[in-house]
Amino acid sequence: MEICYQRGWTDGLPVTPPTDERVLRMLRGTTRKPDEVIGRIPPFLAECTVEKAAINAVMAGCLPEYLPVVLAALEAALEPEFTLHGLLATTYFSGPIVIVNGPVARRIDMNCGINALGQGNRANATIGRALNLIVRNVGGGRPGEADRATLGAPSKYTLCFAEDESDPGWEPLSVARGFARGASTVTLFQGHGPEAFVDQKSRTAEALTRSLAMALNRIGHPKLVQNARAILVLSPEHYAIFRDAGWDRRRIESALYEATQRPGRELIAFADGVGEGIPASRAGEAVPKFYEGGLMIVRAGGPAGLFSAILPGWLAGRNRLELQPVTKEIRL
Amino acid sequence: MTTWLRDPTAETSALMRPRKSPPKSLDGLTVALMDIGKTRSDEFLNQVEARFNERGIKTRRYAKPTNTKVAPAEVVQNIATEADLVLIGLSD
Repeated sequence: MEICYQRGWTDGLPVTPPTDERVLRMLRGTTRKPDEVIGRIPPFLAECTVEKAAINAVMAGCLPEYLPVVLAALEAALEPEFTLHGLLATTYFSGPIVIVNGPVARRIDMNCGINALGQGNRANATIGRALNLIVRNVGGGRPGEADRATLGAPSKYTLCFAEDESDPGWEPLSVARGFARGASTVTLFQGHGPEAFVDQKSRTAEALTRSLAMALNRIGHPKLVQNARAILVLSPEHYAIFRDAGWDRRRIESALYEATQRPGRELIAFADGVGEGIPASRAGEAVPKFYEGGLMIVRAGGPAGLFSAILPGWLAGRNRLELQPVTKEIRL
Repeated sequence: MTTWLRDPTAETSALMRPRKSPPKSLDGLTVALMDIGKTRSDEFLNQVEARFNERGIKTRRYAKPTNTKVAPAEVVQNIATEADLVLIGLSD
């Protein structure tokens, strides 16, 4: 274990030493050949094989049956629109957030319920960690070197969870992103968190929408607008308010997009004596907080608590398409 | 008992070249002004360029399309061949 620290192979937490036996056992989790190249990992654009991914998965504490999820997450991270290099190098807080949908989440016993964004579940904890270790060890992306985050975030160790798909009336994230119901997928988002949202008194979909909009408008800064992205992790009790009103994913997302628009006069630089803000020339506009389609909803959480969570996205990019979440089907 | 560990790294090392020493004078040199795509980078570099030009120092402008992605290799190579030193605007 100390050797792993001495060689700079860990994220600060202890790792499982990657012995031959453990790596061979890990490789039994996939039918893919060990020497298959998954892609080039930034920042040094080094080739990553299935075997290198497996070694890092061992170190992260994964079980072999998690390996296909790790490989799919890695493939998603390497798509150009995910901008992994920039996400690593940015001074901003964000890192890769991993969301798993479909039967694989149940098969490997991922947590989508109580404490879904917290500690205590091996798959949640180690799949996201394996991805970050691959970037560190294969790609050479280390804090203080290519990773220039001003503060970073605890979620850069790992932030990985499954979506609660127990309600047949809810369209899972994977289906909303174009995959068949029943497909196992991994979706990667550039973000961090979570930030708490508490509303224990709103009882209608309209009121809850206005309430959520107040919290979503705080992302980054209340006067930073137009280019936000986020995941809203909707808890069962908050979801029930929307469900009982007959609102589906599209309706909630579009209502939140509308509700987070604000008058430009409140947002211009130096309004309320605060320098941050948009040019004064936009005072007469209604200005959205989010890029269109920039807000994704994922259902998770325990049955009690009128709490939801916001996972703010990386505030970057010049247009909506420059960086995007990426979803990949998981190949076994 | 000896325990062997598999190497989790790329088993390669980046080629680190020593930085060029800063020139004693900018006389006769060309300064590349690199816009990395952050908001208002151009305003900052316009000001810097005006100051350089007032002093008779030649400048050339370069840009990458966005700060979220690495500079295209062609831009980096052009800077290396067409300029003697580079100034990068890093902040918003």
